[in-house]
Amino acid sequence: MDILHAISNSLPALADGMVITLQITAVSVVAGIAWGAALAVMRLSPVKPLAWFSQAYVMLVRSVPLVMVLLWFFLMVPQLIQGLFGLSPRTDVRLVSAMVAFSLFEAAYYSEIIRAGVQAVSRGQLAAASALGMSYLMAMRLIVLPQAMRAAVPALLTQGIVLFQDTSLVYVIGLADFFRTSKNVADRDGTTVAMILFAGAVYLAISLLASGAVKVLQRGKKSFELI
Amino acid sequence: MGSTYKWNWGIFLDPVSTGEPATYLDWLLAGLQNTVVLALASSAIALVLGVAMGIMRCAPNRWLAAIGALYVALFRNVPVIVQLFAWYFVVPEILPVHMGTWIKELPSMTQMMALSTMCLGLYMAARVCEHIRAGLGTLPRGQRFAATALGLTLFQAYRYVLLPVALRVAIPPLTSELINVFKNSAVVSTIGLLDLSAQSQQLAEYTGQPYEAFLAATLVYIVINWIVMVIMHRVERKVRLPGYIGSK
Repeated sequence: MDILHAISNSLPALADGMVITLQITAVSVVAGIAWGAALAVMRLSPVKPLAWFSQAYVMLVRSVPLVMVLLWFFLMVPQLIQGLFGLSPRTDVRLVSAMVAFSLFEAAYYSEIIRAGVQAVSRGQLAAASALGMSYLMAMRLIVLPQAMRAAVPALLTQGIVLFQDTSLVYVIGLADFFRTSKNVADRDGTTVAMILFAGAVYLAISLLASGAVKVLQRGKKSFELI
Repeated sequence: MGSTYKWNWGIFLDPVSTGEPATYLDWLLAGLQNTVVLALASSAIALVLGVAMGIMRCAPNRWLAAIGALYVALFRNVPVIVQLFAWYFVVPEILPVHMGTWIKELPSMTQMMALSTMCLGLYMAARVCEHIRAGLGTLPRGQRFAATALGLTLFQAYRYVLLPVALRVAIPPLTSELINVFKNSAVVSTIGLLDLSAQSQQLAEYTGQPYEAFLAATLVYIVINWIVMVIMHRVERKVRLPGYIGSK
């Protein structure tokens, strides 16, 4: 069929797009969870200004559309890169801004998941840790967070799948991720219907496989805990 | 930010450079109007369809439950921008020719608004469905048995016993979803529909004052967010049942 032929001819370009999509997803999952954990610890810390900062950050990020966040960072990141590192503004600014935007944006969602995990760890543990002479940060890092993160793994991974789908919004800053590449191929070959359905099917397949994997992992964890 | 950027908050009151008799503020307001209409219309679709799907997913009938599950799997695992492009570029092509032509011959603004509303409505319905299912899941099974034992039909049991409680339980998550519709609606700027986010982009391009333009739009989204929360909080308090969660 012509359409299958057209898709197979564009596979290298589509694969490059998928690499961009996966790069943004991977970087933002890792950076987002790290910054999200920091935000969660701040939110629960006895130092009030830190708790306020974290609360305000999460509230602000969660009330702004992702499209606006991407536009903001595409506006600011080039100037920051130039100012901070003195790089030429021609470095791949789109990719860097997308990674920064997604990391900072998703951190707000990750922090809420991690906070729920932290609150599920019994309070006595924190008290016991401080009775042993640990500081708040030490107790968080060595005692509470390892348990909280483990409990939060399924929710964090599910949020990762949402993030994977959300990366398609980099369309608004013109970054050639998987979806943008599909649309470019469609415009070039006049195969809009086929390419959009193809892109949708690819996202659907990857997301379903990933959420299936999360379920298997969850079940495995449960049976492991029973032993 | 470089020291070269010149702030100019007066820009909103300047007449637009396209020659229309309007100011840049009028552009933003027109965008806001589109955003609000779009979000409210698609929320209505999402609520009706989502509740129907949620009931189907929990229905004591394998086929109905399977349809609900399929719907959610499909609409939650394809990115919203891909769904939007499918509505805009694919649906008019694969419908029977006369319907496709009818859609394509609509004025472009009507066409974009209608298709975007359908897209956001069906996308959000999948999420509403999950909240309704969770709400129905919190009810003890005995309630349905008790209701049918009293002689209510299954329909009546849902209508008078199960749904009134399940819907109330679902109000807090549905509030977040209502906020999400407003935020998700910004995606329609990608097909050229001039919503709030698109107008702020256009304003930035025409005036060279992106910071003012984006700040204004961002602020409006935050205010919308806050208004929705206040209203829904009122609703929640108004419909609260004595003896249930959240009641005093």
